[in-house]
Amino acid sequence: MNHYKFRLVKDRVAFLLVHLSLTLALIPLFSVLYEVVQKGISTITIDFFISPTPTVGEKGGGAANAIQGTLITIGLASLIGIPIGLMSGVFLSEYSEHRLSIIVRFFNDVLSGIPSIIIGVFAYALIVRSIGFSVIAAAFALAIIMIPIVTRTTEEALKLVPMSIREAAIALGVPRWKTVVTIVLRSAKKAVVTGMLLSIARIAGESAPVLVTMGYWRWWFAGLDRPAANLALNVFVFAMSPFESWIALAWGSALVLILLVLGINFAVRIFTRERY
Amino acid sequence: MAPKFEIEDLNAWFGTKHVLKNINMKIEENAVTAIIGPSGCGKTTFIRCLNRMHEITPGARASGKVLFNGLDIYGDGVDPVMIRRKIGMVFQKPNPFPMMSIYDNVAAGLKLNGVKNKKIIDAAVRRSLELANLWDEVKNDLNKSGASLSGGQQQRLCIARALAVEPEVLLMDEPCSALDPIATAKIEALIRKLAENYTVVIVTHNMQQAARVSDYTAFLYLGELMEYGPTKQIFENPKHELTEKYITGKFG
Amino acid sequence: MKNSRKPSHFLCKLNTQYFSRLKWQIGGDNLFKIIGALFASSILLLLGLMVYELINGSWLSIQTFGSGFLIGTKWDPAISRVFGALPLILGTIVTSAIALLIGVPISLGISLALSEYMPKKFGFAISFLVELLAAVPSVIYGLWGIFVLIPFLRDHVYSRLQALFGFVPAFSGSIYGGGVLTGGIVLAIMIIPTVSSVMRDLFSAVPNSQREAMIALGATKWETVKTVISYARSGVIGAVILGLGRAVGETMAITMVIGNKFQVWPSSLFDAWYTMSAIIANELLEATYDLYVSALMNVALVLLFVTLVINILSRLIVWRTLKLVRGISKE
Repeated sequence: MNHYKFRLVKDRVAFLLVHLSLTLALIPLFSVLYEVVQKGISTITIDFFISPTPTVGEKGGGAANAIQGTLITIGLASLIGIPIGLMSGVFLSEYSEHRLSIIVRFFNDVLSGIPSIIIGVFAYALIVRSIGFSVIAAAFALAIIMIPIVTRTTEEALKLVPMSIREAAIALGVPRWKTVVTIVLRSAKKAVVTGMLLSIARIAGESAPVLVTMGYWRWWFAGLDRPAANLALNVFVFAMSPFESWIALAWGSALVLILLVLGINFAVRIFTRERY
Repeated sequence: MAPKFEIEDLNAWFGTKHVLKNINMKIEENAVTAIIGPSGCGKTTFIRCLNRMHEITPGARASGKVLFNGLDIYGDGVDPVMIRRKIGMVFQKPNPFPMMSIYDNVAAGLKLNGVKNKKIIDAAVRRSLELANLWDEVKNDLNKSGASLSGGQQQRLCIARALAVEPEVLLMDEPCSALDPIATAKIEALIRKLAENYTVVIVTHNMQQAARVSDYTAFLYLGELMEYGPTKQIFENPKHELTEKYITGKFG
Repeated sequence: MKNSRKPSHFLCKLNTQYFSRLKWQIGGDNLFKIIGALFASSILLLLGLMVYELINGSWLSIQTFGSGFLIGTKWDPAISRVFGALPLILGTIVTSAIALLIGVPISLGISLALSEYMPKKFGFAISFLVELLAAVPSVIYGLWGIFVLIPFLRDHVYSRLQALFGFVPAFSGSIYGGGVLTGGIVLAIMIIPTVSSVMRDLFSAVPNSQREAMIALGATKWETVKTVISYARSGVIGAVILGLGRAVGETMAITMVIGNKFQVWPSSLFDAWYTMSAIIANELLEATYDLYVSALMNVALVLLFVTLVINILSRLIVWRTLKLVRGISKE
């Protein structure tokens, strides 16, 4: 009987530990959210959205140029990364047994595990050294981060489309490519778009590759072959600065960034009610 | 009356599994031919070979000749896509395109094949839905989702969708197996009506159904064609012992 | 009576349309496959190009220092222009190890809570929260680390740790707040979502018959859960290695909290240190001459090599276990 009691005690302890670890992990999440909102909210004024980065000693100022630069960089990265990811994902799902698919699927996973700083250094070696710090270099790096995410979510989304739907179209005498483009992609539209949005959320928060491909730029966007300001970099640079007002700007930028990133995550989750 | 299909030495495999063995038979035009047999006998594979749907499954292949209007659909340079437009198919489970309206489901085959003229499409949708005995039930809801219909209606929608591209043959793979008796009766009546103008090949595991709707019946067993002939003869006077056993339910 | 169907005018028209498109559409399917294959191959191309570019960029450093780069303990861009990465490699290893020590048990707990203890519906909401943890950008963890975590650890945790274990060298020395331990904690927070979600997938894939067999033997919940863990144990190791891959490559947050001090070995867990990723982020923009840039590229190359090995290894393990577990459960 004693032995049995001991087993029960162990069972109880395990139950507590398991739930304790869950709580422990969620504390940082709530703390981050709370602090960012609490410290960032006061910076969020109209000025924040219309003024560029202040110079030393200047009062006020905002992150309008960083928002602008972030949107442009993300936009360009998406233009490169989404088509490649989408087409690769379609290939992987529609020619699933093809030898190339098996290889690409594996290395796509490997690519998704490569640290973003390395991808930044790659873009630095390939692009920055020839055309200089630029939006193009940063967008290239961010696109490489997007590709594995979009590829994988697209593949998984298309695989969820039942075979019967494909067969129905094929039996109507629709060529395979048209079946995929019109019927299959249309059926999986939600999940495919979800993957794209999540990849955008991911690169919006990336700072390391942006740092080594654009450096820090405090002005408005001045062309794709020049650097641009960036929200995530704002957080990094201002957080390390000695001025109170700049540190406040770091929190403000963090708030906008987190609203953007978590907003996309929330929207996607509510939109699809499934886990991807 | 010329046969619609002449099948010569048809063999089919899934990987290394030999699922159809040396099938030889002729399928008559504008008649209903039923394929019966215990599950796993190759019924479904057989009709999927008739419009080259078999080969879309990875690892599946087929050999032999299937002459359709005298043309070998497995011949060199024959485009399976073309074949499938002439030979429509209805599946076991109703599979309307879930994100499309009723109208778009029926129009899908035409639209995807490049027909843009709205009048032609309108006319084809109406004609097909009427043919499929569905028009009266859905004429006011053409913009509703195809998925909102009942199972039986969905299956008739799928039949209408297949008819819209004006095939000559309709292959049906156990079209009633997911339906209740009333919906089944409606589909069976429809099959008889379609046989006036179309060649219908229907796979069924329900022998009463085969007896009710078909003109000819083929009995497949373990991938081989055991017996084939007019339905009346197969049911009343089977030549093969196995056929008789199967028909009288003494099987296994 | 023969009821032959007369083709309507419409049918004739359709047929000519079909036939005129025939040739083009046969091409369409092949073209589709080729284009898809090209895009898919671009992933391989990018990966290959990345390895090539990093080797190419490191070449000068490799020629100058050879393997001495890996064991060199001096990083002096200003005067002697000698570069050695050993302290960075050690810093990366130690912070990642701390992250695993803290993060793995917590991840194991979370994944068990989600897959074994919680009702599915509730677990869904919680796992979403855990995934949000992964969605928070690294730089925001850095910001939070500087202004929230560091003051908290310094004032409430580290002083107590020192009072208790101060006789151990690892817990002695002055407390700045940032440093090795703080870096490890931040990394732990960041790997938890990755590790726990892979583990949860593994545990969920364990067939129910395993649990039922244990329950039928009169096992307690925990004893049942232990069987589940051991059933998926090789995959669990894969998940841990996957977490290691993330910790090793993490950049911004660690750069912001570790103190960025180039030294072979810190005096204690509270001392500042440096990692491979952090030095690239801090110095690549300031590298003013070729050898300096090349040395940083060389660091990136080492990091790439390490993460490639870690990733390939862990994917193979997780992939094999999932296949094994799912294969059995199918039967």
